[in-house]
Amino acid sequence: MEKSRPLWDNPLQFVFACISYAVGLGNVWRFPYLCQMYGGGVASVVVSFFLSMYYNVINAWAFWYLFHSFQDPLPWATCPLNSNRTGYEEECEKTSSTQYFWYRQTLNISPALEASGSVQWEQALCLTLAWLVVYLCILRGTESTGKVVYVTASLPYCVLIIYLIRGLTLHGAVNGLIYMFTPKLEQLSNPKAWISAATQIFFSLGLGFGSLIAFASYNESSTNCERHAVIVSLINSTTSIFASIVTFSIYGFKATFNYETCLSKVILLLMDAFDLEEGSVTADNLSQMKAFLMATHPQQYAQLAPQLKNCSLEAELDTAVQGTGLAFIVYSEAIKNMEVPQLYSVLYFFMLLMLGIGSMLGNTAAILTPLTDSKFITSRFPKEVISGAVCLINCVIGLIFTMEAGNYWFDIFNDYAATLSLLLIVLVETIAVCYIYGIRRFEKDLHTMIGRKPNWYWKIMWAFASPLLIISLFIFYLTDYILTGTLQYQAWDATQGQLVTKDYPGYALAVIGLLVAASTMCIPLGALVTFIRKRLKRERVSTVA
Amino acid sequence: MFRLLLLAASLAAAAPAQLCKPDAQNAFKVRLSIKTALGENAYAWDAHEEYLFKAMVAFAMRRYSSKSSTQIANVLLCNVTDRVSFWFVVTDSSRNLTAVPGREVEAAIRMSRHRINSAFLLSDRTLQFLKITSTLSPPVEPSTPVWLIVFGVVLCLIVAGIVFLIVGGIRQHKKRNKEPRQAEAVEEKAEVAMENGIPCETLEVKGGRLNGGFAAEEERFTPL
Repeated sequence: MEKSRPLWDNPLQFVFACISYAVGLGNVWRFPYLCQMYGGGVASVVVSFFLSMYYNVINAWAFWYLFHSFQDPLPWATCPLNSNRTGYEEECEKTSSTQYFWYRQTLNISPALEASGSVQWEQALCLTLAWLVVYLCILRGTESTGKVVYVTASLPYCVLIIYLIRGLTLHGAVNGLIYMFTPKLEQLSNPKAWISAATQIFFSLGLGFGSLIAFASYNESSTNCERHAVIVSLINSTTSIFASIVTFSIYGFKATFNYETCLSKVILLLMDAFDLEEGSVTADNLSQMKAFLMATHPQQYAQLAPQLKNCSLEAELDTAVQGTGLAFIVYSEAIKNMEVPQLYSVLYFFMLLMLGIGSMLGNTAAILTPLTDSKFITSRFPKEVISGAVCLINCVIGLIFTMEAGNYWFDIFNDYAATLSLLLIVLVETIAVCYIYGIRRFEKDLHTMIGRKPNWYWKIMWAFASPLLIISLFIFYLTDYILTGTLQYQAWDATQGQLVTKDYPGYALAVIGLLVAASTMCIPLGALVTFIRKRLKRERVSTVA
Repeated sequence: MFRLLLLAASLAAAAPAQLCKPDAQNAFKVRLSIKTALGENAYAWDAHEEYLFKAMVAFAMRRYSSKSSTQIANVLLCNVTDRVSFWFVVTDSSRNLTAVPGREVEAAIRMSRHRINSAFLLSDRTLQFLKITSTLSPPVEPSTPVWLIVFGVVLCLIVAGIVFLIVGGIRQHKKRNKEPRQAEAVEEKAEVAMENGIPCETLEVKGGRLNGGFAAEEERFTPL
């Protein structure tokens, strides 16, 4: 008796899997996904492989922060003391305690890419745990993944709702929301903003990664895929907006808090220097008092002037960060100022973990599906061993990112492993389906699946709009890379307590080139190999005949 | 004689004034932030509070040097501002009203800092002695870091889950291996063609009346 292909228990599991996969960290922070072409596309496997190598490091960091949330006070709330206990650590004084916790105590980052340093055992432990969790979820294939995605898809929404309520009731949240909804007309006219938006949606939905295809391959053939496509896209976009409301209210709270702290520091400085009565200088009369003091005590004021910072709410709100910075630094800074910070911290990092694991499941599914589909490998090894081998290899390679310079390598992979190649993969997919396979045949297939032909909107989108958009994005990125010249990266300078820009060394540039080439070249190489094979077959047939 | 007495008296009055002035050698500046610390329960700074301050400093000096010679009158305050900041100096009556060296005063205050803070319901941050740095108390650190404990718990749970699933999978695999072997043995006894892959149990149950083998065969043929 033939073993049938494993199926999702019910269509809801498939939708949840797609949501869990699509609603990934990309909605909280932009993230490129990997997909694999079902049926032998090496390009997607390569990109998937690169992605799974480094993505799980984020889950390791989330675990680290989660485990550290069970302390009072939170470890990133205060600076540690220096050796003779007279003050705080120098590096921590120059920057904030949350940044110090991230750069020094979590990453223990080195000042440059060249100084690799040693593997941080704490991070290595967390990475191993992250891979064990992923292994546990994919161990049994769709059977276990199907149940896990219920949790990984729904829990982040619960946490986001809790954060929405908490965020909107925070002092200063309104400032953030106003900032979010006031369009900056100069920015809107900048094409880069629109391109970033397009890229975000593109990557957020996880297109070009075989994960969606892999998930869909476990569907029954009668599934209404048109409806699912619309549902997943809508949910993904709504989640993005929902998450940004939460994020901006937290932003507003953090910015207002910092602004008020800055103001009170200035007020204290003025009161101490001029021995004014407490409460005589407030936020409202600060500017008048400053003018008054400048007039009455000019020399003293001039001495004090360099220390008096101009506090501005706008400047605080403008410090927009994205990527790991937003998720770990900004949010942890906002959380430490809330009441019962441990609770919110645990909730937040648990949500981050769920999102990350949901996306990791998609990635590993993309790698494992072709492996388990190939009879050659499944006949020799059981499913568990294959999954275990994949997880083990990725874990060992991932140890590179736990070294002191690991975060710099992480940024390389994050920026270059998937961007160009994904665009290319999706472009090739669209062209292959619409023009090579033929849009009429595709229509007929859909008709058998869902019972009706797709209407003209879909056809126009597939055949014309999508390829055009993707080509323009592709050209934009290429020109951007070429125009910026030598690539640079942000390195953490411990003596100054801030990021500085440095040039990539030669071997790093070579790695970048390899990454981009490995993923983009697979498609033309694959086509070439297939072409040569067919040629050889034809020759063999003709000689036999 | 009278003039000598007058001179001595004026000198006696002038000497403390000279000792206690801003930036004097053995004087210390103190700054209090009562409203910041206590908010609505803030008390006003008046002569009584000054008296308490002098008493606390005298108490600190006595505790430090354990000689009972320092009196409240030995502590001199001057230049009290609205901020509530002032300078103080401690004089030594046994040495002709000269100021006690700054190091001694600093050490004395350091030793009794907590008592002085508590007397005024303030903390190190809100009652500042500007030249005297306070040693910050280190945070309480447990012997095993908390995160390792949580990590250990989660790790054990995950490993247990993996082992459970793997063992379950191996057991299922063994069951599946046993069943086909049993089915094969039964089929050999029944001597029915195995090409159609029809389990023999259905054939044997039906007996001779309805040959399950042929009934199943018809379904497999494509309709004409």
